[in-house]
Amino acid sequence: MKYQSQKIALAYFLVAMALFAVQVTLGLVMGWVYVDGNFLSEILPFNIARMLHTNSLIVWLLLGFFGAAYYLIPEEAEREIHSTKLAWLQLAIFVLGTAGVVVTYLFNLFEGNFLLGKEGREFLEQPKWVKAGIVVAALIFLYNVSMTVLAGRKTAITNILLLGLWGLSLLFLFAFVNPSNLALDKMYWWYVVHLWVEGTWELVMASILAFLMLKLTGVDREVVEKWLYVIVAAALFSGILGTGHHYYWIGTPGYWQWIGSIFSSLEVVPFFAMMAFAFVMVWKGRRDHPNKAALLWSLGCATLAFFGAGVWGFLHTLHGVNYYTHGTQITAAHGHLAFFGAYVSLNLAIISYAMPVLKGRDPYNQVLNMASFWLMSGGMVFMTFTLTFAGTVQTHLQRVNGEAFMDVQDQLWIFYAMRFGSGVAVVLGVALFLYAILVPGKEIIEPGPLEQDRIAHDPDHVAAE
Amino acid sequence: MAEARSAFDDLPGDLMIWVLIVSELLVFGAGLAAFLGVRITDPAGFAAAQDHLHRAAAGVNTVVLVTSGWLAALGAQAVEAGRLGRGRRFLAGATVLGALFLAIKAAEYGDMAAAGIGIETHAFFTFYYLVTGFHAAHVAAGIVVLPLVAARARAREVEAGVAFWHMVDLVWVLVFPVLYLLR
Repeated sequence: MKYQSQKIALAYFLVAMALFAVQVTLGLVMGWVYVDGNFLSEILPFNIARMLHTNSLIVWLLLGFFGAAYYLIPEEAEREIHSTKLAWLQLAIFVLGTAGVVVTYLFNLFEGNFLLGKEGREFLEQPKWVKAGIVVAALIFLYNVSMTVLAGRKTAITNILLLGLWGLSLLFLFAFVNPSNLALDKMYWWYVVHLWVEGTWELVMASILAFLMLKLTGVDREVVEKWLYVIVAAALFSGILGTGHHYYWIGTPGYWQWIGSIFSSLEVVPFFAMMAFAFVMVWKGRRDHPNKAALLWSLGCATLAFFGAGVWGFLHTLHGVNYYTHGTQITAAHGHLAFFGAYVSLNLAIISYAMPVLKGRDPYNQVLNMASFWLMSGGMVFMTFTLTFAGTVQTHLQRVNGEAFMDVQDQLWIFYAMRFGSGVAVVLGVALFLYAILVPGKEIIEPGPLEQDRIAHDPDHVAAE
Repeated sequence: MAEARSAFDDLPGDLMIWVLIVSELLVFGAGLAAFLGVRITDPAGFAAAQDHLHRAAAGVNTVVLVTSGWLAALGAQAVEAGRLGRGRRFLAGATVLGALFLAIKAAEYGDMAAAGIGIETHAFFTFYYLVTGFHAAHVAAGIVVLPLVAARARAREVEAGVAFWHMVDLVWVLVFPVLYLLR
């Protein structure tokens, strides 16, 4: 660790991982509700569990992004973070807001209250005071990192990262725009939801991935930057008007069907480019970095993002297809693999890379970490397939044959049972990951003769740092 | 060891402008392909709708835009040869013809609006307005970009701006026969 203020990232990563554990635990609970519909229906209704599952996902991913920014910006800008105090304050606001959200959702003490009550818009259910807190925390963050970057070395990685972070913060302001007209409400709602995950977050993803590739493979910065610009251009070109693929059936004019279909089809391009980028960089690599787990997560991230976000997104993005599949389990399949591949894996990659450095250790528990990758990813891919099959059957029974929703759900039971099994695998994988990251082995393994020889004679070989 | 020189380094202008050009061609190509696909479902309706278009005006516009592209190419050549004043005059000419294209296009839109034809009137017009409107937006962008690159008159920037302008040209030459002429 070159800069002391990078240490803040550790706190962000720890809170993020705690929420990650909460998120997947609730996922498992809901997976069981799909198997046995009355499970916990009195204590923890499904809609509340779902809010917590999605909200905790978003918050921990954001905290991971913030942590990643606090970790990589000092190295890129070659100076300490502007103010560590502000970074702590920002984290405190986020933790307070998250606690407030959980209490509000679970006990619903302030139903209907302008400031304190939950707002009832999917994913943006947070009460207004929490939303305001998020804006304040975001402003603190943007001020803090922008001051750092402005005063230091400017690189393509920090430029793109800041562009993404500024963009996502500004777009969050649309969370406050809530017209009573339901069509307009949904239209602005997508400015947050879509333009986050298929716009600004992609910029954050590309820049963190670029940083990891730079560190792990030792490829020239110039090469990494060229790829980065192409990826970002492709992401913005396709992603912004790609918003149209959410405007098919919400009351917006019919021409959105063609704008959405055409532009969102191209959204697969940046994800393909990120996958190609990661593999080409490793292929061209001139460094044998000891943190193999971080490399595995980086490659896994780019690959699963391409399939989850790119391929599974394209699967139901054309309006002729979406007319039948809209809101079926096809959407759930896409949502799970896209978030896991693109943003969960990305966070786990940067955490795997940064934690040993932050703890001042050599990379540790590499095999456990890599095992957790295969268990988590295998579980998630299996879940994606079962939900895709469930969605296909559901589309036919419900949308083509016109059977009633709950009758169809009964017939999908076998898929939900299998999905629960894959969920267990994911949760075990998460537990393994958390153990591998949080409980470093005590003994330090001396490098063998082969490794010692390479450290002595190979100038491109990087010893565990 | 130096990186091997890649074919991308030999592109005129900048790699990024070519990323944009390829993306644009994909979008317009997909738009025209979708148009042709939907047209199969209603050939008579599409033919009847097409009769409401101003073929002559669009024909004139084709000549205007291709001429503008020719001027832009001459401008790029002149700037590369170091004759900046001459290059700027050609680029100004290209810009003026771009504006003329938009004026003719606007008159066409005005006539159609007066006839009560909107984007929801028929599937044909949905594509017509989307494709030509999107193209016109690019012409407008070009009208901003060409003077910008002409002002500084640096060969690499002019090449990038003119490459964009040729793309706008090329797209129109593909759009015109498919939307206006194809029976």
